[in-house]
Amino acid sequence: MTSFHVPHLTSSILSPPPALCFDGVTFNHEDKVLLGPCTFTLEGIGPTLVMGPNGAGKSLLLRLAHGLLPPTQGQVTWSGELCPRQAMVFQQPVLLRRSAVANLIHALAVNNVPRRARTKLAHDALERFGLNACSNTPARVLSGGEQQRLALARAWVLSPQVLFLDEPTSALDPAAIKAVEAAVREFHQRGTRIVMTTHDLHQARRLAGDVLFLSGGKVREHTPADVFFDKPVSREAQAFIAGELVE
Amino acid sequence: MENNAFYVALSLLLNFDTALFQIVALSLQVSLLAVLIAAVLGFPLGAAVALWRFPGRGGMIVVLNALMGLPPVVAGLMVYLLLSRAGPLGDWGLLFTPGAMVLAQVVLVLPILAALSRQKVEELLGEYREQFVSLGMSRSRMMPTLLWDARFALLTILLAGFGRASAEVGAVMMVGGNIEGVTRVMTTSIVLETGKGNLPLALGLGIVLLTLVMLINAGVYLVGELTRRRVG
Repeated sequence: MTSFHVPHLTSSILSPPPALCFDGVTFNHEDKVLLGPCTFTLEGIGPTLVMGPNGAGKSLLLRLAHGLLPPTQGQVTWSGELCPRQAMVFQQPVLLRRSAVANLIHALAVNNVPRRARTKLAHDALERFGLNACSNTPARVLSGGEQQRLALARAWVLSPQVLFLDEPTSALDPAAIKAVEAAVREFHQRGTRIVMTTHDLHQARRLAGDVLFLSGGKVREHTPADVFFDKPVSREAQAFIAGELVE
Repeated sequence: MENNAFYVALSLLLNFDTALFQIVALSLQVSLLAVLIAAVLGFPLGAAVALWRFPGRGGMIVVLNALMGLPPVVAGLMVYLLLSRAGPLGDWGLLFTPGAMVLAQVVLVLPILAALSRQKVEELLGEYREQFVSLGMSRSRMMPTLLWDARFALLTILLAGFGRASAEVGAVMMVGGNIEGVTRVMTTSIVLETGKGNLPLALGLGIVLLTLVMLINAGVYLVGELTRRRVG
């Protein structure tokens, strides 16, 4: 019998993620260039905050990086031979029409985790994100904050080396935002590379290791967080941090 | 006289009249089996059309939607030609047996189940697609997940299919032959008994059929309510 590779059961700290390389990546829709050309490399474990005004191409960049969309031109590659284990949490969590715990078990089943291991892993993750009281509640009747935490728990059970988050807190109240940010820190501590979009400067200050700043579909700046917030290099980022309306 | 027939019909029902209940039992057997077979084939077919892109897909959707309104007598004629002695399946010897009736009802119900489940699964897929791709799911792995998550809608669709099967008369009349004790079901009996002037039996069967239709609709309503409350 073949043995499964189950990262969940072998180590609590994840092996370091490979670097993500964008090489001349563009994305067009009906001849209109929505993003790019972008060339940059994300190394280390971040967290990288992708910032910029609405319509700058933040979500698009995340989807291209995660492989949900193919680039029109250029290449998205990982430095290592293998594509790392990845997960993504969306602005609107996409949850299955079943109980909270069944949502996690489904994700584990899809990833070929042996049946006998699934239930325990799912319950551990629910407990970690403070959801054990509603493990049997239908996922879609949970509150907005609980739904987003469930989406994070689903990502957690997959032990991703890279986690993409697309404006995960934009529809939440402060208490729920705090819980989501705490969860993001837990992923970071486990060694998961975070790539997260936000247009909230305060949130970026709280979480960022480095910042990738976009405007008008172009990468304007990629600098460590302290540099970005104190002495932004690009004119667009200076205006953005100064609170001007940037397009 | 009509009043009189109504009372006789009620007493047939209340006394569990053998002839009447034999007819009801056969009706249920034929329609339930037909719906079961149609569901096993139709739901995966509908989900597959929703999931995969292939040449002729648009045409297939149009045909499936159009066949939802297939006149029962045409379905009956098709199955009759298929099963008649000279037909391609004539050797099976199914014509004028309950098996033929099941087949005719499958032909009627399958397009309904496939077309409606295709719509529902496609709607769900639109919502789930990015998450599924993110989880690394193949299309064939998406199918069971989508069918399970559409379960309440599919149950409603199933009941609609059962309503269609149990209420039609043309197809089962043509391929079953309305033979007493063998292929006589509620709808065909009502036609025959009314023609013969045996109103009590026709009326008794009519009451059972009507009750059944009511129950089906109550079921559809309850499933809808339950879904709204539980799954959101």
